Amino acid sequence: MHAFNYHKASSVADAMAKLAASDDGRVLAGGQTLIAAMKMRLSAPSDLVDLAGIAELRGIKVDANGVTIGAMTTHATVAASPEIKKTIPALAFLASEIGDPMVRNMGTIGGSVANNDPAADYPAAVLGLGATVATSKRKIAADKFFTGMYETALEPGEILTSISFPVPKRAGYSKFKNPASRYALVGVFVAETANGIRVAVTGAGPCVFRVTELEKALGKSFSPDVVNGIKVPATNLNSDIHASAEYRAHLITVMARRAVSQIVSK
Amino acid sequence: MSVRLSMTVNGKPVNADVEPRTLLVDFIRDTLRLTGTHIGCDTAQCGACTIHMNGKAVKCCNMLAVQAQGSTVVTIEGLAKADGTMHPMQAAFRDYHGLQCGYCTPGMVMSAIDLLKRHPHPNEEQIRAELDGNLCRCTGYHNIVKAVQAAAGA
Repeated sequence: MHAFNYHKASSVADAMAKLAASDDGRVLAGGQTLIAAMKMRLSAPSDLVDLAGIAELRGIKVDANGVTIGAMTTHATVAASPEIKKTIPALAFLASEIGDPMVRNMGTIGGSVANNDPAADYPAAVLGLGATVATSKRKIAADKFFTGMYETALEPGEILTSISFPVPKRAGYSKFKNPASRYALVGVFVAETANGIRVAVTGAGPCVFRVTELEKALGKSFSPDVVNGIKVPATNLNSDIHASAEYRAHLITVMARRAVSQIVSK
Repeated sequence: MSVRLSMTVNGKPVNADVEPRTLLVDFIRDTLRLTGTHIGCDTAQCGACTIHMNGKAVKCCNMLAVQAQGSTVVTIEGLAKADGTMHPMQAAFRDYHGLQCGYCTPGMVMSAIDLLKRHPHPNEEQIRAELDGNLCRCTGYHNIVKAVQAAAGA
Protein backbone atom coordinates (compact mmCIF):
# COMPACT_ATOMS: atom_id res chain seq x y z
CA MET A 1 0.00 0.00 0.00
CA HIS A 2 1.28 3.45 -0.86
CA ALA A 3 1.63 5.96 1.97
CA PHE A 4 -1.11 8.51 2.57
CA ASN A 5 -2.10 11.15 5.09
CA TYR A 6 -4.83 10.13 7.53
CA HIS A 7 -7.48 12.46 8.92
CA LYS A 8 -10.39 11.69 11.22
CA ALA A 9 -13.36 13.94 10.48
CA SER A 10 -15.55 15.22 13.30
CA SER A 11 -18.50 16.25 11.10
CA VAL A 12 -19.59 16.14 7.45
CA ALA A 13 -18.52 19.79 7.06
CA ASP A 14 -15.12 18.96 8.55
CA ALA A 15 -14.75 15.98 6.20
CA MET A 16 -15.57 18.19 3.19
CA ALA A 17 -13.01 20.77 4.28
CA LYS A 18 -10.34 18.09 4.74
CA LEU A 19 -11.14 16.57 1.35
CA ALA A 20 -10.97 19.99 -0.31
CA ALA A 21 -7.57 20.63 1.27
CA SER A 22 -6.08 17.37 -0.04
CA ASP A 23 -4.47 16.68 -3.42
CA ASP A 24 -6.29 13.48 -4.22
CA GLY A 25 -8.21 12.60 -1.09
CA ARG A 26 -10.88 9.95 -0.58
CA VAL A 27 -13.30 9.31 2.23
CA LEU A 28 -12.94 6.10 4.25
CA ALA A 29 -16.17 4.44 5.37
CA GLY A 30 -15.82 0.80 6.50
CA GLY A 31 -12.96 0.26 4.10
CA GLN A 32 -13.99 -3.26 3.10
CA THR A 33 -13.44 -2.49 -0.58
CA LEU A 34 -11.17 0.54 -0.42
CA ILE A 35 -8.50 -0.98 1.85
CA ALA A 36 -8.35 -4.09 -0.36
CA ALA A 37 -8.00 -1.88 -3.46
CA MET A 38 -5.27 0.18 -1.78
CA LYS A 39 -3.40 -2.98 -0.76
CA MET A 40 -3.29 -3.99 -4.42
CA ARG A 41 -2.30 -0.42 -5.35
CA LEU A 42 -5.36 -0.18 -7.58
CA SER A 43 -6.18 2.89 -5.52
CA ALA A 44 -3.57 5.26 -4.10
CA PRO A 45 -5.19 8.35 -2.58
CA SER A 46 -2.97 11.10 -1.17
CA ASP A 47 -5.23 11.44 1.87
CA LEU A 48 -7.89 9.39 3.61
CA VAL A 49 -10.63 11.18 5.50
CA ASP A 50 -12.17 8.73 7.97
CA LEU A 51 -15.92 9.19 8.52
CA ALA A 52 -16.14 6.66 11.38
CA GLY A 53 -16.24 9.32 14.09
CA ILE A 54 -19.26 11.18 12.68
CA ALA A 55 -22.29 10.16 14.75
CA GLU A 56 -24.78 11.98 12.46
CA LEU A 57 -23.94 9.51 9.66
CA ARG A 58 -25.08 6.47 11.63
CA GLY A 59 -28.54 5.17 12.37
CA ILE A 60 -31.89 4.07 11.01
CA LYS A 61 -35.02 6.21 10.96
CA VAL A 62 -38.48 5.01 9.97
CA ASP A 63 -41.28 7.48 9.30
CA ALA A 64 -44.21 8.05 6.92
CA ASN A 65 -41.79 8.61 4.01
CA GLY A 66 -40.06 5.29 4.48
CA VAL A 67 -36.76 4.10 5.88
CA THR A 68 -33.72 6.38 6.02
CA ILE A 69 -30.36 4.77 6.70
CA GLY A 70 -27.26 6.80 7.60
CA ALA A 71 -24.28 6.28 5.29
CA MET A 72 -22.04 4.82 8.01
CA THR A 73 -24.59 2.22 9.16
CA THR A 74 -23.06 -1.25 8.86
CA HIS A 75 -24.56 -4.14 6.91
CA ALA A 76 -24.82 -6.09 10.19
CA THR A 77 -26.91 -3.29 11.73
CA VAL A 78 -29.28 -3.16 8.74
CA ALA A 79 -29.57 -6.97 8.63
CA ALA A 80 -30.45 -7.15 12.34
CA SER A 81 -32.69 -4.06 12.50
CA PRO A 82 -36.19 -4.93 13.79
CA GLU A 83 -37.59 -1.79 12.08
CA ILE A 84 -36.21 -2.73 8.68
CA LYS A 85 -37.20 -6.38 9.08
CA LYS A 86 -40.73 -5.13 9.69
CA THR A 87 -40.99 -2.44 6.99
CA ILE A 88 -38.73 -3.72 4.16
CA PRO A 89 -37.72 -7.29 5.04
CA ALA A 90 -36.13 -7.77 1.59
CA LEU A 91 -33.66 -4.98 2.40
CA ALA A 92 -32.66 -6.59 5.72
CA PHE A 93 -32.33 -9.92 3.88
CA LEU A 94 -30.12 -8.37 1.19
CA ALA A 95 -27.86 -6.86 3.88
CA SER A 96 -27.61 -10.28 5.58
CA GLU A 97 -26.33 -11.77 2.30
CA ILE A 98 -23.46 -9.29 1.79
CA GLY A 99 -19.97 -10.74 2.22
CA ASP A 100 -19.69 -12.65 5.49
CA PRO A 101 -20.33 -11.76 9.15
CA MET A 102 -16.96 -10.04 9.61
CA VAL A 103 -17.32 -7.96 6.46
CA ARG A 104 -20.85 -7.02 7.54
CA ASN A 105 -19.52 -5.76 10.88
CA MET A 106 -17.28 -3.22 9.10
CA GLY A 107 -18.84 -2.52 5.69
CA THR A 108 -21.33 0.33 5.37
CA ILE A 109 -24.28 1.09 3.11
CA GLY A 110 -22.82 4.46 2.12
CA GLY A 111 -19.48 2.96 1.20
CA SER A 112 -21.09 0.23 -0.87
CA VAL A 113 -23.42 2.56 -2.76
CA ALA A 114 -20.83 5.32 -3.35
CA ASN A 115 -18.31 2.76 -4.62
CA ASN A 116 -20.88 1.22 -7.01
CA ASP A 117 -19.00 -2.02 -7.52
CA PRO A 118 -20.66 -3.82 -10.46
CA ALA A 119 -21.21 -6.87 -8.21
CA ALA A 120 -22.22 -5.13 -4.97
CA ASP A 121 -25.62 -6.00 -3.48
CA TYR A 122 -26.91 -2.66 -2.19
CA PRO A 123 -27.14 -0.91 -5.59
CA ALA A 124 -29.81 -3.49 -6.55
CA ALA A 125 -31.97 -2.46 -3.57
CA VAL A 126 -31.37 1.27 -4.08
CA LEU A 127 -32.39 1.07 -7.75
CA GLY A 128 -35.03 -1.64 -7.24
CA LEU A 129 -36.85 0.33 -4.57
CA GLY A 130 -36.40 3.69 -6.29
CA ALA A 131 -34.57 5.10 -3.26
CA THR A 132 -33.20 8.62 -2.90
CA VAL A 133 -29.53 9.22 -2.14
CA ALA A 134 -28.81 12.22 0.09
CA THR A 135 -25.40 13.87 -0.10
CA SER A 136 -23.62 16.80 1.51
CA LYS A 137 -25.06 18.98 -1.32
CA ARG A 138 -28.33 17.54 -2.64
CA LYS A 139 -30.70 14.63 -3.11
CA ILE A 140 -30.30 12.28 -6.07
CA ALA A 141 -32.90 9.79 -7.35
CA ALA A 142 -31.61 6.21 -7.71
CA ASP A 143 -32.42 6.21 -11.44
CA LYS A 144 -29.90 9.06 -11.89
CA PHE A 145 -27.32 7.97 -9.31
CA PHE A 146 -25.61 4.91 -10.82
CA THR A 147 -23.90 6.07 -14.01
CA GLY A 148 -21.38 3.33 -14.93
CA MET A 149 -18.79 0.87 -13.65
CA TYR A 150 -17.66 2.27 -10.27
CA GLU A 151 -19.19 5.56 -11.45
CA THR A 152 -21.94 7.53 -9.75
CA ALA A 153 -23.46 11.00 -9.96
CA LEU A 154 -21.35 12.02 -6.94
CA GLU A 155 -19.07 14.94 -7.76
CA PRO A 156 -15.52 15.30 -6.40
CA GLY A 157 -15.74 16.32 -2.75
CA GLU A 158 -19.42 15.36 -2.44
CA ILE A 159 -20.15 12.97 0.43
CA LEU A 160 -23.01 10.49 0.54
CA THR A 161 -24.80 11.05 3.86
CA SER A 162 -27.91 8.83 3.85
CA ILE A 163 -30.27 6.80 1.70
CA SER A 164 -34.07 6.93 1.93
CA PHE A 165 -36.07 3.92 0.81
CA PRO A 166 -39.81 4.21 0.17
CA VAL A 167 -41.63 1.21 1.66
CA PRO A 168 -42.76 -1.11 -1.17
CA LYS A 169 -45.96 -3.16 -1.15
CA ARG A 170 -43.72 -6.21 -1.39
CA ALA A 171 -40.17 -6.99 -2.46
CA GLY A 172 -37.63 -9.79 -2.73
CA TYR A 173 -33.96 -10.34 -3.51
CA SER A 174 -32.22 -13.39 -4.89
CA LYS A 175 -28.51 -13.68 -5.43
CA PHE A 176 -26.19 -16.24 -6.97
CA LYS A 177 -22.97 -15.59 -5.13
CA ASN A 178 -19.35 -16.20 -5.98
CA PRO A 179 -18.44 -18.67 -3.23
CA ALA A 180 -15.02 -17.12 -2.53
CA SER A 181 -15.69 -13.38 -2.67
CA ARG A 182 -19.43 -13.66 -1.82
CA TYR A 183 -20.06 -10.91 -4.37
CA ALA A 184 -23.11 -11.32 -6.59
CA LEU A 185 -22.40 -13.19 -9.80
CA VAL A 186 -25.96 -12.08 -10.45
CA GLY A 187 -28.40 -10.56 -7.96
CA VAL A 188 -31.96 -9.54 -8.79
CA PHE A 189 -34.12 -7.25 -6.66
CA VAL A 190 -37.85 -7.26 -7.46
CA ALA A 191 -40.22 -4.75 -5.88
CA GLU A 192 -43.86 -3.83 -6.23
CA THR A 193 -43.79 -0.12 -5.46
CA ALA A 194 -46.42 2.63 -5.49
CA ASN A 195 -45.19 3.42 -9.02
CA GLY A 196 -45.31 -0.12 -10.33
CA ILE A 197 -42.97 -3.07 -10.56
CA ARG A 198 -39.21 -2.44 -10.52
CA VAL A 199 -36.59 -5.08 -11.30
CA ALA A 200 -32.93 -4.19 -10.69
CA VAL A 201 -30.01 -6.45 -11.60
CA THR A 202 -26.52 -6.33 -10.09
CA GLY A 203 -23.43 -8.40 -10.91
CA ALA A 204 -24.43 -9.09 -14.50
CA GLY A 205 -23.38 -5.87 -16.21
CA PRO A 206 -20.84 -3.08 -15.73
CA CYS A 207 -23.37 -1.26 -13.53
CA VAL A 208 -26.69 -2.08 -11.84
CA PHE A 209 -29.58 -1.81 -14.34
CA ARG A 210 -33.34 -2.28 -14.63
CA VAL A 211 -34.99 -4.85 -16.91
CA THR A 212 -38.10 -3.19 -18.32
CA GLU A 213 -39.28 -6.35 -20.08
CA LEU A 214 -39.46 -8.19 -16.76
CA GLU A 215 -41.10 -5.19 -15.11
CA LYS A 216 -43.83 -5.04 -17.78
CA ALA A 217 -44.51 -8.77 -17.67
CA LEU A 218 -44.66 -8.85 -13.86
CA GLY A 219 -46.89 -5.77 -13.94
CA LYS A 220 -49.46 -7.75 -15.94
CA SER A 221 -49.21 -10.90 -13.86
CA PHE A 222 -47.05 -11.15 -10.76
CA SER A 223 -46.02 -14.79 -10.80
CA PRO A 224 -42.79 -16.81 -11.17
CA ASP A 225 -44.14 -18.47 -14.35
CA VAL A 226 -44.29 -15.15 -16.20
CA VAL A 227 -40.55 -14.76 -15.72
CA ASN A 228 -39.76 -18.12 -17.33
CA GLY A 229 -40.56 -17.01 -20.86
CA ILE A 230 -38.33 -13.94 -20.76
CA LYS A 231 -34.78 -14.15 -22.02
CA VAL A 232 -32.44 -11.27 -21.26
CA PRO A 233 -29.89 -10.67 -24.06
CA ALA A 234 -26.23 -11.30 -23.15
CA THR A 235 -25.07 -8.24 -25.10
CA ASN A 236 -22.95 -5.91 -22.94
CA LEU A 237 -23.05 -8.24 -19.91
CA ASN A 238 -19.86 -9.09 -17.98
CA SER A 239 -17.80 -12.08 -19.01
CA ASP A 240 -14.90 -13.29 -16.85
CA ILE A 241 -13.35 -16.41 -15.35
CA HIS A 242 -16.35 -16.81 -13.06
CA ALA A 243 -19.11 -16.74 -15.67
CA SER A 244 -19.72 -15.97 -19.33
CA ALA A 245 -22.11 -13.23 -20.42
CA GLU A 246 -24.56 -15.91 -21.64
CA TYR A 247 -24.52 -17.65 -18.26
CA ARG A 248 -25.08 -14.36 -16.46
CA ALA A 249 -28.01 -13.59 -18.80
CA HIS A 250 -29.50 -16.97 -17.94
CA LEU A 251 -29.00 -16.35 -14.22
CA ILE A 252 -30.94 -13.08 -14.43
CA THR A 253 -34.09 -15.02 -15.35
CA VAL A 254 -33.41 -17.68 -12.71
CA MET A 255 -32.74 -15.16 -9.93
CA ALA A 256 -35.75 -13.03 -10.96
CA ARG A 257 -37.96 -16.12 -10.76
CA ARG A 258 -36.55 -16.99 -7.33
CA ALA A 259 -37.10 -13.43 -6.08
CA VAL A 260 -40.72 -13.49 -7.28
CA SER A 261 -41.27 -16.94 -5.75
CA GLN A 262 -39.85 -15.65 -2.47
CA ILE A 263 -42.38 -12.79 -2.56
CA VAL A 264 -45.50 -14.73 -3.52
CA SER A 265 -44.81 -17.59 -1.10
CA LYS A 266 -45.05 -15.19 1.86
CA MET B 1 3.37 11.16 8.89
CA SER B 2 2.75 8.91 11.86
CA VAL B 3 -0.30 8.65 14.07
CA ARG B 4 -0.34 8.07 17.82
CA LEU B 5 -2.44 4.98 18.38
CA SER B 6 -4.08 3.93 21.64
CA MET B 7 -6.24 0.90 22.19
CA THR B 8 -6.84 -1.91 24.62
CA VAL B 9 -5.61 -5.30 23.48
CA ASN B 10 -6.47 -8.40 25.51
CA GLY B 11 -7.21 -6.21 28.52
CA LYS B 12 -3.98 -4.22 28.41
CA PRO B 13 -3.59 -0.61 27.22
CA VAL B 14 -1.38 -0.28 24.16
CA ASN B 15 0.18 2.89 22.74
CA ALA B 16 2.33 3.18 19.64
CA ASP B 17 3.19 5.49 16.77
CA VAL B 18 2.20 3.95 13.46
CA GLU B 19 2.19 4.92 9.83
CA PRO B 20 -1.42 5.38 8.65
CA ARG B 21 -0.97 2.60 6.08
CA THR B 22 -0.17 0.01 8.76
CA LEU B 23 -2.73 -2.78 8.64
CA LEU B 24 -4.27 -3.80 11.94
CA VAL B 25 -3.07 -7.38 11.42
CA ASP B 26 0.53 -6.19 10.97
CA PHE B 27 0.25 -4.02 14.06
CA ILE B 28 -1.01 -6.97 16.07
CA ARG B 29 1.56 -9.45 14.74
CA ASP B 30 4.68 -7.32 14.19
CA THR B 31 4.38 -4.52 16.74
CA LEU B 32 2.56 -6.34 19.54
CA ARG B 33 4.14 -9.74 18.64
CA LEU B 34 0.77 -11.47 19.00
CA THR B 35 1.30 -13.97 16.22
CA GLY B 36 -1.72 -16.16 16.97
CA THR B 37 -3.70 -13.99 14.57
CA HIS B 38 -2.80 -15.38 11.15
CA ILE B 39 -2.59 -13.94 7.68
CA GLY B 40 -4.03 -16.47 5.25
CA CYS B 41 -5.27 -15.00 1.99
CA ASP B 42 -4.55 -11.35 2.85
CA THR B 43 -7.64 -10.41 0.80
CA ALA B 44 -10.44 -10.61 3.42
CA GLN B 45 -11.73 -13.91 2.14
CA CYS B 46 -10.30 -16.66 4.36
CA GLY B 47 -10.94 -15.30 7.85
CA ALA B 48 -7.66 -16.51 9.44
CA CYS B 49 -7.09 -12.93 10.67
CA THR B 50 -10.42 -12.68 12.53
CA ILE B 51 -10.26 -10.79 15.84
CA HIS B 52 -12.86 -9.02 17.99
CA MET B 53 -13.04 -5.23 17.92
CA ASN B 54 -15.46 -3.76 20.45
CA GLY B 55 -17.01 -7.20 20.82
CA LYS B 56 -17.56 -7.83 17.12
CA ALA B 57 -15.65 -10.17 14.78
CA VAL B 58 -13.72 -8.35 12.05
CA LYS B 59 -11.04 -9.30 9.53
CA CYS B 60 -7.99 -7.33 10.61
CA CYS B 61 -6.05 -7.89 7.36
CA ASN B 62 -8.59 -5.65 5.66
CA MET B 63 -8.46 -2.75 8.12
CA LEU B 64 -6.03 -0.03 9.01
CA ALA B 65 -4.65 0.00 12.54
CA VAL B 66 -5.93 3.59 12.85
CA GLN B 67 -9.49 2.30 12.34
CA ALA B 68 -9.11 0.55 15.71
CA GLN B 69 -8.14 3.80 17.46
CA GLY B 70 -9.62 3.84 20.98
CA SER B 71 -11.19 0.44 20.61
CA THR B 72 -11.11 -2.74 22.66
CA VAL B 73 -9.46 -5.57 20.76
CA VAL B 74 -9.39 -9.24 21.71
CA THR B 75 -7.17 -11.71 19.85
CA ILE B 76 -6.91 -15.48 20.22
CA GLU B 77 -4.26 -14.92 22.93
CA GLY B 78 -6.83 -13.05 25.02
CA LEU B 79 -9.34 -15.89 25.34
CA ALA B 80 -7.78 -18.27 27.87
CA LYS B 81 -7.78 -17.42 31.57
CA ALA B 82 -4.56 -16.32 33.27
CA ASP B 83 -4.11 -19.83 34.72
CA GLY B 84 -4.20 -21.28 31.22
CA THR B 85 -7.78 -22.61 31.34
CA MET B 86 -9.04 -22.53 27.79
CA HIS B 87 -12.12 -20.64 26.66
CA PRO B 88 -15.03 -23.13 26.20
CA MET B 89 -14.81 -22.66 22.42
CA GLN B 90 -11.08 -23.48 22.42
CA ALA B 91 -11.76 -26.51 24.61
CA ALA B 92 -14.52 -27.68 22.26
CA PHE B 93 -12.22 -27.37 19.22
CA ARG B 94 -9.68 -29.53 21.07
CA ASP B 95 -12.25 -32.08 22.32
CA TYR B 96 -13.90 -32.51 18.92
CA HIS B 97 -10.68 -32.22 16.95
CA GLY B 98 -12.00 -29.21 15.03
CA LEU B 99 -8.67 -28.69 13.31
CA GLN B 100 -5.94 -30.42 11.39
CA CYS B 101 -3.09 -28.11 10.40
CA GLY B 102 -4.41 -25.37 12.72
CA TYR B 103 -3.79 -22.43 10.44
CA CYS B 104 -7.44 -21.32 10.22
CA THR B 105 -8.16 -22.23 13.86
CA PRO B 106 -7.62 -18.86 15.59
CA GLY B 107 -9.96 -17.18 13.11
CA MET B 108 -12.47 -20.02 13.34
CA VAL B 109 -12.55 -19.79 17.14
CA MET B 110 -12.95 -15.98 17.12
CA SER B 111 -15.77 -16.19 14.54
CA ALA B 112 -17.47 -19.04 16.38
CA ILE B 113 -17.53 -17.05 19.64
CA ASP B 114 -19.13 -14.11 17.79
CA LEU B 115 -21.61 -16.52 16.20
CA LEU B 116 -22.79 -17.83 19.58
CA LYS B 117 -23.30 -14.29 20.87
CA ARG B 118 -25.83 -13.69 18.09
CA HIS B 119 -27.24 -17.24 17.90
CA PRO B 120 -26.84 -18.92 21.30
CA HIS B 121 -28.43 -22.16 20.06
CA PRO B 122 -27.57 -22.49 16.39
CA ASN B 123 -28.50 -25.46 14.25
CA GLU B 124 -26.00 -27.01 11.86
CA GLU B 125 -27.22 -24.97 8.89
CA GLN B 126 -26.81 -21.72 10.83
CA ILE B 127 -23.31 -22.65 11.97
CA ARG B 128 -22.23 -23.41 8.41
CA ALA B 129 -23.79 -20.20 7.08
CA GLU B 130 -22.27 -18.06 9.84
CA LEU B 131 -18.80 -19.54 9.32
CA ASP B 132 -19.02 -18.62 5.62
CA GLY B 133 -16.22 -16.09 6.12
CA ASN B 134 -13.73 -18.66 7.44
CA LEU B 135 -12.08 -21.09 5.09
CA CYS B 136 -10.51 -24.37 6.23
CA ARG B 137 -8.58 -26.43 3.68
CA CYS B 138 -8.16 -29.55 5.86
CA THR B 139 -11.15 -30.65 7.87
CA GLY B 140 -14.10 -30.45 5.51
CA TYR B 141 -15.66 -28.41 8.36
CA HIS B 142 -17.33 -31.47 9.89
CA ASN B 143 -15.55 -31.43 13.24
CA ILE B 144 -15.55 -27.63 13.36
CA VAL B 145 -19.35 -27.66 13.20
CA LYS B 146 -19.45 -30.36 15.92
CA ALA B 147 -17.13 -28.28 18.12
CA VAL B 148 -19.35 -25.19 17.79
CA GLN B 149 -22.44 -27.27 18.55
CA ALA B 150 -20.71 -28.68 21.63
CA ALA B 151 -19.63 -25.23 22.81
CA ALA B 152 -23.20 -23.97 22.35
CA GLY B 153 -24.47 -26.76 24.56
CA ALA B 154 -21.78 -26.18 27.18
